[in-house]
Amino acid sequence: MIAPTKPDLVTVNIDGKEIAVPKGTNVIEAARLVNVDVPHYCYHPKLTVVGNCRMCLIEMGLPAVDPATKAPVMDPATGKQKINWIPRPQIGCGTNVSPGLHVRTTSPMVKDAREGVMEFLLINHPLDCPICDQAGECKLQEQSTGYGRGYSRFVEQKNVKPKRTQLGPRVTLDDERCILCSRCIRFSKEVAKDDVLGFIDRGSYSTLTCYPGRQLENNYSLNTVDICPVGALTSTDFRFKMRVWFLKQTDSIDPESSTGANTVVWSREGVIYRITPRRNDAVNDTWMADSGRVLYKQVKADTRLTAIKVNGADSALDMAIHSAAELCKAGRVAIVGSGRSTVEEQFLTRKLAAALNAPVSLVSRVGQGDKLLISADRNPNVRGALVTGLIAALPAPRLAELGAAIDAGTVTTVVSLGEDLAAAGLTAAQLTKVSVVYLGTHANPTSAAAKIIVPTLTVFEKSGTFINQQFRIQKFLKAVPGPAGATDDLVVLAKLVTAAGTAIAASEVGPLWKLIAAEVPALGTMTFANLPDTGLLLDATPYAALPFAEGETLHYKPAARPAPATA
Amino acid sequence: MAVIPLERKTLSLAERTYVPQILSGLKTTFKRLLKPAETMEYPEQRPAIPPGYRGVPTLVRDPHGREKCVSCQLCEFVCPPKAIRITPGEVPEGSGREHVEKGPQAFDIDMLRCIYCGLCQEVCPEEAIFLQNQYSMTGYTREEMVNHKDRLYELGGTLPDAHFKWDKKKVAAEHGNAH
Repeated sequence: MIAPTKPDLVTVNIDGKEIAVPKGTNVIEAARLVNVDVPHYCYHPKLTVVGNCRMCLIEMGLPAVDPATKAPVMDPATGKQKINWIPRPQIGCGTNVSPGLHVRTTSPMVKDAREGVMEFLLINHPLDCPICDQAGECKLQEQSTGYGRGYSRFVEQKNVKPKRTQLGPRVTLDDERCILCSRCIRFSKEVAKDDVLGFIDRGSYSTLTCYPGRQLENNYSLNTVDICPVGALTSTDFRFKMRVWFLKQTDSIDPESSTGANTVVWSREGVIYRITPRRNDAVNDTWMADSGRVLYKQVKADTRLTAIKVNGADSALDMAIHSAAELCKAGRVAIVGSGRSTVEEQFLTRKLAAALNAPVSLVSRVGQGDKLLISADRNPNVRGALVTGLIAALPAPRLAELGAAIDAGTVTTVVSLGEDLAAAGLTAAQLTKVSVVYLGTHANPTSAAAKIIVPTLTVFEKSGTFINQQFRIQKFLKAVPGPAGATDDLVVLAKLVTAAGTAIAASEVGPLWKLIAAEVPALGTMTFANLPDTGLLLDATPYAALPFAEGETLHYKPAARPAPATA
Repeated sequence: MAVIPLERKTLSLAERTYVPQILSGLKTTFKRLLKPAETMEYPEQRPAIPPGYRGVPTLVRDPHGREKCVSCQLCEFVCPPKAIRITPGEVPEGSGREHVEKGPQAFDIDMLRCIYCGLCQEVCPEEAIFLQNQYSMTGYTREEMVNHKDRLYELGGTLPDAHFKWDKKKVAAEHGNAH
């Protein structure tokens, strides 16, 4: 095995603190490592450096050497090597570290420079904070408190630019607030590969706009809103909905594909207002797809199931569990598991299948991957089903085996874990031939045909783990409480397993992980609490031979697939 | 439990007749009869409210009748007993005030929670909320004690405006530095 190359370390001195950083790091990132904040607008760690906002000005110098002899020049006052400070400030984002580099970020010159830059940035900036959605998370607002003067010396008229421009279906632009940092332009060009944004006009009249005839409508357009340091780009969906300082942030995972982008769910008093990406350099950097940001709407959807039903009549949970157990004992059962269930639910589903001696099939969802953060496999947790042993092979399309078994009469009861069997491939005639036990969140043809319905929780209302395409196990936490009438999936499954004859004591994530760790060797060393926020990479080699559907995404390269066996 | 018996003080002859006590009481009564009254016949008579009095919080309009609140929700944030609840909304295009962009869809102040501290007035960046001289809030139900937006504007009325910030903004947008 080749040892990973060690990065060349360079020792720099920032505000008197020595630190060794990898070669090629810029001063902003190096300063971040010693907890020194260098204010900046245009610099973004995942985009190219342009250095046009000038906010990150710092003072820097190099140790003095005698030009002729190359001997260090010592300072007699301190006894150390003399530092030749550059007489003018330099930008921190565009300055990469070099050996012995000295940086001052708190000197009077740096403070003057920052105050000057702030004053110019605020010249044409409207006093919009009371109505601006960025207020509370606005870099300009933050730096104004640090380096602003509190009043304006600008007596002339401010420039007037278009307000409320619709750049695309999801993004609204207020040009007056724009400070021309060009982060959105660079994002569209470099990450989204959809070069639609640009500046027109000159000087202080520069205006951000779309290319004529084009719109900012790619599936990553809302990332421009996230990276906008001011309130120029705002999300049309979140616009004027709620001030950010009221919102509680909960770490979550985007469940729309096996990429498993890390997200933050912003909620207040049990209502979710928006979803934004969370930085994870191994999965999604700082980005996420627009399609994942509207998923919170399913929580308050009209079709949400909120009543436990047995044969169409309202019932209680224990009654429904009892009826379901009777149904399962009376006939031959098949279980339709889900690649959208959490690892914990899949573990309990495996227990249920073992207790009932029932075959398990999984619904396959394969779409088109976009090579960025939406992978072809639209189930977030097929890997979880493999790791927990719920399935041994990848799910077959359209539930063909189960359909054939129903037609042949060898299956009389189907337990569906949130999967719409009609959409997954069963016909209406097949659905009427079997008794369906449906554990799900929303009404659909399967819930309409089901004998027993137990409403359960969406991904925002429970805690759990998903295993993404890299076999990285990532946890998400409960952001809001579930609606009245819905029961936690784990509670329902644990009760079902107990009713089927195998006692399961745990129905919460924490205690359940003790069982999982004891029974699933790949997860043996973990507990839910000690899973790191950025996830934990599992060993993927046992599954290397499986033909996964994914192509390449941002941080995932599919392993070279063995040639298909020829007959 | 220990019981301490106390000796009752024996009354003197004058005390036993009660006459000196009644007379001294009547002295105060006759003195007050000739002086002007200290009390007030509320609610027919009402006290003069000094300037700066912190009464019921209200929403005010500017002299042009414009709603001043832009639903920035700072008062909701600062309110110590969480009496204020705002639902922000967008000002629709074509209303003549679309340059303000944002206004409250609903604005509720629960007077059962309000502690009349005046922080909402202090924090308001638009000078839209004022604690004025209304001090009497009564009602038969909890719902009656919640002041909704209409009631808040009815209580608040119009106050003079030194800035007309948004009117200036509209003028600038129409005749500004566009090129």
